[in-house]
Amino acid sequence: MTAALIVVQPGLHTTVQDGGRIGAQAFGVPVSGALDPDQLRLANALVGNAAGEAALEILHVGPVLEVAAPGVRVALAAFDGALVLETADGRTVPAWRSVTLREGDRLRVVAPRHAACAYLAVEGGFDLPPVLGSRSTYGRGGFGGFQGRALAAGDRLPLCRERASERGDLRLPDPPAAGDGPLRVVLGPQDDRFTPEAIATFFASDYTVAPAADRMGVRLDGPSLAHRGGHDIVSDGTAWGAIQVPGDGRPVLLLADRQTTGGYPKIGAVCTADLPRAGRLRPGDRVRFAAVGVEQAQALRRAHEAMLKRLLAGMVPADARVVDLEALYAANLVSGAVSGFEWDDADAAVG
Amino acid sequence: MDGSGWPRLLPQGDAALVVELDDRIDRAVSERVTALADALRRAAIPGVVELVPTFRSLLVHYDPLALDFAGIAGRARELLAGIAVAERRLRLVHMPACYDGELAPDLAEVAERTGLTPEAVVGLHGSVDYHVYMLGFLPGFPYMGDLPEPLRLPRLTTPRVRVPPRSIAIANAMTAVYPLESPGGWRLIGAVPVDLFDIGHESPALLAPGDRVRFERVERARFDDLRVAFAEGAAKLAVEEVAA
Repeated sequence: MTAALIVVQPGLHTTVQDGGRIGAQAFGVPVSGALDPDQLRLANALVGNAAGEAALEILHVGPVLEVAAPGVRVALAAFDGALVLETADGRTVPAWRSVTLREGDRLRVVAPRHAACAYLAVEGGFDLPPVLGSRSTYGRGGFGGFQGRALAAGDRLPLCRERASERGDLRLPDPPAAGDGPLRVVLGPQDDRFTPEAIATFFASDYTVAPAADRMGVRLDGPSLAHRGGHDIVSDGTAWGAIQVPGDGRPVLLLADRQTTGGYPKIGAVCTADLPRAGRLRPGDRVRFAAVGVEQAQALRRAHEAMLKRLLAGMVPADARVVDLEALYAANLVSGAVSGFEWDDADAAVG
Repeated sequence: MDGSGWPRLLPQGDAALVVELDDRIDRAVSERVTALADALRRAAIPGVVELVPTFRSLLVHYDPLALDFAGIAGRARELLAGIAVAERRLRLVHMPACYDGELAPDLAEVAERTGLTPEAVVGLHGSVDYHVYMLGFLPGFPYMGDLPEPLRLPRLTTPRVRVPPRSIAIANAMTAVYPLESPGGWRLIGAVPVDLFDIGHESPALLAPGDRVRFERVERARFDDLRVAFAEGAAKLAVEEVAA
């Protein structure tokens, strides 16, 4: 049998996602791909993959997986999650490093408490057929990823590699900061379809992520936004991060599985530097928005990219000293302090 | 920009440019959107990621690490000045359509609301060649117009939870065919035997913006035969090239 990861427990909504299905939006096909492309990229880097290789996107509750291969190298990107290995020594491995597993090993992903999504990358990627150039799962269309759907118990995810390469495990000594502060938004393109009061309200208010949150988008509870000249526009294209406001005045932030076009006015769009944070929003999270100009948004993106490149350049071999660190983290986990993974110190370092 | 205020070149975030040519649904505007998309595709500007033509605007997705807003907006404006739509040839797609029985759950209601007989509704629906304005909402979902005036009704107040794939639907000035099973609020007046979206194809959508579609009525028995033939790949849709 070919090398595979076997799904013992699927978690809440675990899907295969990559850098997205680029080039088919003109056919009405959503981009899909990772809700948080930064975490996908970092997880892939830790196992030596290209930035947009397909990995497992884990939402809210992590899966249990069993290795059915002579060996496999995996890495978890997660802001406060971890891998629990059901090996003989029962190790807990923190996020932001790779680890090499053997045939029969079981791993459980402890999903983060403070972010919607985490990513598990495998060295070499999954041996799944690309659909329209991408291995991302588009559930509504029933294609891509593993049989076009979220994982279920008993699934066998075929691996491209039979065993881990000799290059050794890696870790990120300075994991990324989760970030806080308002999501930065470029106003428009239909800001003229809102009253000036609505625009002022939008930028001055706290919104709460409603329970109706999925890969298509998150609905935001908070002050209603009044339209000017009705709430229907002639349908036009929708960008990742666009904030559309239907007739009820409640904003909807569009994410990875968004429709390619839409008929509601878009008050603005979250700038690309903040999209990974937007993708990590969980129901109940508070969010505020701040206006930036498009030039400023693009400068933020360049700074964000430079920050990621610095993180990636700082990857080091996961040496013996890390194992000691792991033991510390494991102790934390055993005592229940999963949220003890605070990266605020690293925050200052990566600026 | 002329005195009308169009075109408008606007950012949608920092990785997409909206080129709005108008704010109306209009065939001539749509043709210019398609022509601008063609011109941008030919220009092959590094950093342009993909193009999404819609009724009256083109969304240009670009990589903000490769292009800045002023740069891509400037290029789009230059190309817009040079576009010509006159001599384009179009594809006319002859689309078999069946308006019988359970394939047309809303036909009776449409007849009642429009004051027409079901036969007249079907006749009117097939009486014009539709222009494909855009694909959106679902993979391969074509927004086609314009529907003859007497057939124009608003969407259902309560959308259906499940619209069967290949249903012919109408809403306001548009008609469409649902490619996949989906929720939907348009009224269903028939079905086509051919799949509008097939991930096995390099170009997965049957229709493209700028195409013309003529619905040609078939009886139920013929529809069933055609459905089998199309599903097996044994039938081919009749497509001809026509002058714009």
